Amino acid sequence: MIGSRRFFRWQHRNAPYLFVAPFVAVFCVFGLYPLVKSLWLSFYITSGPKSRVFVGLGNFGFLLADPDFHKAVWNTAVFAFFSVFLQLPLSLGLALLLNRKRLRARNFFRLVFFSPHLVGMVFVAVIFMVIFQPQFGLLNRVLNALFRTPLDTKWLGNRGLVMPALVLTSLWMYVGFNMIYFLAALQAVNQDLYDAAKVDGANAWQQFRHVTLPSIKPVAVFVVVLSTIGSFQLFELPYLLLGNSGGPENAGLTVVMYLYQNGFETGDLGYASAIGWTLAIVVLVVSLVQMKLTGAWKRGD
Amino acid sequence: MNRNLFRALLYVALALCSVVMLTPLVWLVSACLKKPDDLFSYLFFPPVGDLSLRNFRDLFTEIQFMRFLMNSCFVSGVTVVVQLFFASLGGFALAKYEFRGKKPIMILMLATMMIPGQVMLGPLYELIYHLGFMDSYLGLIVPGCVSVFGIFLFRQSMLQIPDDLLEAGRIDGCSEFGLYWNVALPVSRPMIGAFCLISFMGTWNSFLWPQIVLHNSQRFTLPIALNQMVGLYSQKYGVLMAGTFLSILPVVILFFILQKEFISGLTAGAVKG
Repeated sequence: MIGSRRFFRWQHRNAPYLFVAPFVAVFCVFGLYPLVKSLWLSFYITSGPKSRVFVGLGNFGFLLADPDFHKAVWNTAVFAFFSVFLQLPLSLGLALLLNRKRLRARNFFRLVFFSPHLVGMVFVAVIFMVIFQPQFGLLNRVLNALFRTPLDTKWLGNRGLVMPALVLTSLWMYVGFNMIYFLAALQAVNQDLYDAAKVDGANAWQQFRHVTLPSIKPVAVFVVVLSTIGSFQLFELPYLLLGNSGGPENAGLTVVMYLYQNGFETGDLGYASAIGWTLAIVVLVVSLVQMKLTGAWKRGD
Repeated sequence: MNRNLFRALLYVALALCSVVMLTPLVWLVSACLKKPDDLFSYLFFPPVGDLSLRNFRDLFTEIQFMRFLMNSCFVSGVTVVVQLFFASLGGFALAKYEFRGKKPIMILMLATMMIPGQVMLGPLYELIYHLGFMDSYLGLIVPGCVSVFGIFLFRQSMLQIPDDLLEAGRIDGCSEFGLYWNVALPVSRPMIGAFCLISFMGTWNSFLWPQIVLHNSQRFTLPIALNQMVGLYSQKYGVLMAGTFLSILPVVILFFILQKEFISGLTAGAVKG
């Protein structure tokens, strides 16, 4: 009896440590340690997991002069630009359509728009690889029937068309996913504000500009930052669509793909770590700038 | 009159968007059900008489598709369960206890969330290599079994559990783990549903890490196997599409089971109130 009471007190005192211990242990070994180690590793040139040579900041200097890396950063930035400035306005537009009062079958439309997100990116890539085929591919046949465009358009074999193909595919994947966030935000807007705006004689645009936008701003910033970060990590889609390569003239080479090629095809984990940290810094700076800009926008309002 | 016209236009716009969104998926289903020679003869479905399950048969006889499916089920299933247990238990501690080191741990975890995971690929590969986990299920499951997103998700939902309720349990002689199991977990049921789906989709669709770890095709998960099929079966699109279809199906089924929890869990972090 005394033993069990002692156990009771012991487990009461130590419970929180025991509860977080499994998580923290795995997190430290397989999360924190590799993260810190990668910073250290980025100062080395390595060849496989066994041999390495210290080069200081040499990897980063080399990256600054590496034309393939420039290409990868440029492609990734262009992709991120379209994700934010093409995809998100469309997501918001769809959410606004679905948010209309007395809309029938709202849940049905929401499900339909969201459904592509259930298809993992690898599987999307396999499907669209066939859809983008010249001659027989669905896209070319539909475009040919509608606009008489040539059937042999090589979406994935022409360097000018690779990026449009990537943007189109990711548009299909994510427009409905981001719409879910906007729709949830729109549904949380205080209806009294609209009534007050109507009393003041605000038209639909003014209501949108002065009631809707400010109310959904926190969510909008969240979605913008999230999709920017996601876009900068683009890998599977171009990698599979373009046959495990960067495509014609590396038109589909992304930063993470370049990291993978250097680290796991060439075997230089040091250079790969340097690419990773450069990516991390770019992502961090871009998200901070976005938050700053949107914050400034509020003060000017 | 004007308003009716507007409503009609709204539905037309929504219907058009729906058609665009559904077309690739409908096309996928049609591609699975065509005879291999018919894939490009018909844009979508062939006449009923020409429908065929040949692609699915080839998938299981010519390729060890069953093996890949089972690999994926095993790796994803184990990962989700372990992730769920670790994240909910840890989340409970972070939500309902004060203890030394709590703040630093949370700040560290939040900080790593800001850094893209690909940064650590190199050292993680070295670590897995030295542990002897290369080309094994362990190499996929062990590094994937903690989710920082998950622990914060559960912390957030368990903050709402009233302290009095836990105190009452203690007075009744319930152990701390008992409180987690009998009080905290049941209360967070919707969160569990949402987390399971999000975590399952993450593991099921994961490509980059398995591509690094796995070499033996006996252990390939579906994304890796399909990528290889693209190279080997580039002429047999029908089989490829059937494989893709079956790879998507488990996620779709799970989604319909957990749909309600999923949407609310997804937006819980973003929309307050």
